[in-house]
Amino acid sequence: MNFRTRVPPFRVNAAMALRDASLRSAMSHAAEVFAGKRSEAFFSVPFEEWRQEASELRLLVLKDLPHYVDDFAVHATKAGAIVHRAKDAAAARALVSNILKDRRVQKVIKSKSMVTEEIGLNRRLEDCGLEVVETDLGEFIIQLAQEHPSHIIVPAIHKNRRDVGRIFASCCGTDYCEDPFVLTKMARRILRDHFLSAQAGISGANFAVAESGSVVIFTNEGNGRMVTTLPPLHIVVLTIEKMLPTLQTLPKFMRLLPRSATGQRLTSYVSIITGARKNGEATGARELHIVLLDNGRSAILQGEFFEILKCIRCGACMNVCPVYRLVGGHAYETTYPGPMGIILSSLLDDMAATYTLLDATTLCGSCGEVCPVMVPLPKLLRKLRERRVEEGFTPLAERGAMMAFGLAAQFPRAFHFAEEAAHKALPWAGRFTAALGRLPRGRNHGKRS
Amino acid sequence: MRVQFFSTCLVDTFYPETGEAAVKLLRRFGCEVVYPKGQTCCGKPADSGGYVREARMAAKHFIKVFSNQDPIVVPSGSCASMVKNHYPALFKDDDRMRQKAEEIGQRTYELSQFLVHVVRAHEQGFQGQGSVTYHASCQLTRELGVREEPLALIRSIQGMEFRPMPYADRCCGFGGIFMVKQPEISMALADDKLDTIIASGADTVTGCDHGCLMNIQDAVRRRGADIKVKHLAVLLAESLP
Repeated sequence: MNFRTRVPPFRVNAAMALRDASLRSAMSHAAEVFAGKRSEAFFSVPFEEWRQEASELRLLVLKDLPHYVDDFAVHATKAGAIVHRAKDAAAARALVSNILKDRRVQKVIKSKSMVTEEIGLNRRLEDCGLEVVETDLGEFIIQLAQEHPSHIIVPAIHKNRRDVGRIFASCCGTDYCEDPFVLTKMARRILRDHFLSAQAGISGANFAVAESGSVVIFTNEGNGRMVTTLPPLHIVVLTIEKMLPTLQTLPKFMRLLPRSATGQRLTSYVSIITGARKNGEATGARELHIVLLDNGRSAILQGEFFEILKCIRCGACMNVCPVYRLVGGHAYETTYPGPMGIILSSLLDDMAATYTLLDATTLCGSCGEVCPVMVPLPKLLRKLRERRVEEGFTPLAERGAMMAFGLAAQFPRAFHFAEEAAHKALPWAGRFTAALGRLPRGRNHGKRS
Repeated sequence: MRVQFFSTCLVDTFYPETGEAAVKLLRRFGCEVVYPKGQTCCGKPADSGGYVREARMAAKHFIKVFSNQDPIVVPSGSCASMVKNHYPALFKDDDRMRQKAEEIGQRTYELSQFLVHVVRAHEQGFQGQGSVTYHASCQLTRELGVREEPLALIRSIQGMEFRPMPYADRCCGFGGIFMVKQPEISMALADDKLDTIIASGADTVTGCDHGCLMNIQDAVRRRGADIKVKHLAVLLAESLP
């Protein structure tokens, strides 16, 4: 399912990230801004009530997901879309590239989509000889820098304006400039040509409405509208858990998602796309394809971690995660970083590839507190650690120590002997390993200063 | 009123003065304190690491040692939350044990919780000096929902100035086994925490969890900062009139 074969060395990546002063200042500043705006946006509204309702709705959909997906497919087809089903990433890549090849598309423009990152779509299309242009400003920057998004909402969150200035200067042949206004204008000029010359647009979707067959996209920059309406062909790639039962339930998410993500009461644009352009309509793609991708979701749905599928990808959990905001998204080496990312990545991939990520959490609980659909993130993270132990992916020494701990915890004498030994041995052991050196040097340490 | 005191393994190993202070407080406020000798650890380190079998061993032992019906007082938010919130989940497939776990959870109190709600210590008037800031530890705030109790106690110390720190409920980077498995991140988070402690302008930082305080103490030591780190029990015991 994933292309990675080696173990993600999270601790090594994190240590490297911690030494990167510019990354750290960019991350702490940006995460602070978004987390702060989020708190403000929820200040005078009944957040608990809203998220309770949203959570129940998401559970309702998940309980009967295959039914909603079928319903969606029927209604979308009726509305004039061509619906495809893809079991996994490879099938989705093949589907999309075939549609584009059949129509002799040479250039495709994209609106921001994490699911196409998940399946590695850009690379596949480029391998087929297509020109792929990301049109979300953050994604555009990342594409120029040949990187991957480090945040699911703010893909270039790890870059500051000087980084962006340097990237533009080296990739676009312009003079170095670090004024966001000028840089944005520059990107806009470059993108304008692409919007007008592309033969196809690819987008993801924030939600899909089962009763109407509509796909819903929340955007801020206007590029989403251009991608979905200017070229004659629009392909939507979405994973099946994005379903909502009715259009009537959409407003609940329209008010929760932007507030959680960027602290906005509404995003600048909300596009509800129902079928291809019909006769007499002025805008819209002539041909609309919707790829309904499973990629492991049905399997997750059957298991004890199914609640992660409630996630609506707002990114609030990463903005408050002490570990994420310190090291940024790239340290995780996964499509989705942060708390929801650790969980989803662990479930989409096998334990051998992801187990070190389970140490990328202090289990502080902040993520659970902000989740707008009440995914019990801390509980799922802890449960995954349980699975890691079951599958034998913890160090031998740790397992031995834990077994000794469990035994000693039942025998007070043994336990107190171990406590005594720990307190005597630690100052000595601390000289050899930095980690243990951080423990107190004997009793009364707390009184030292 | 008779209470059973669970000192926690961290206090027992490294910070006995905190245990003594807590017992002193409880006695001062009219409690007869029993210290069940067989006590060991609540099992939290194993539980957060995903070692359920080992966590269950510790939990069973805890439930046995504290089977007496008296309330249990614990000078740690994360240990209290382990008993109250995590024990029932550990025994979800064992009705008899789960009931016992739920029963024991109902009479388990984190120290500040007990001091405020049961003996109303915050109405008694403590005497202190200097200035103090408060770190709100993760499980205490987010799992137990204990936010106001420690503040009420701190504010009741006459002569001591309370200076809140920004982002008081942000994780200090301790995280149990996290401190050992990810020392780089743990230290960086503790350093950030220390920045906010220093920004508060207080000369002392207090909290209800020795795990956090140990991590913060390490940051203080590494930086050579002039900040005293004291468990709330010690701070209050020193401020008894």
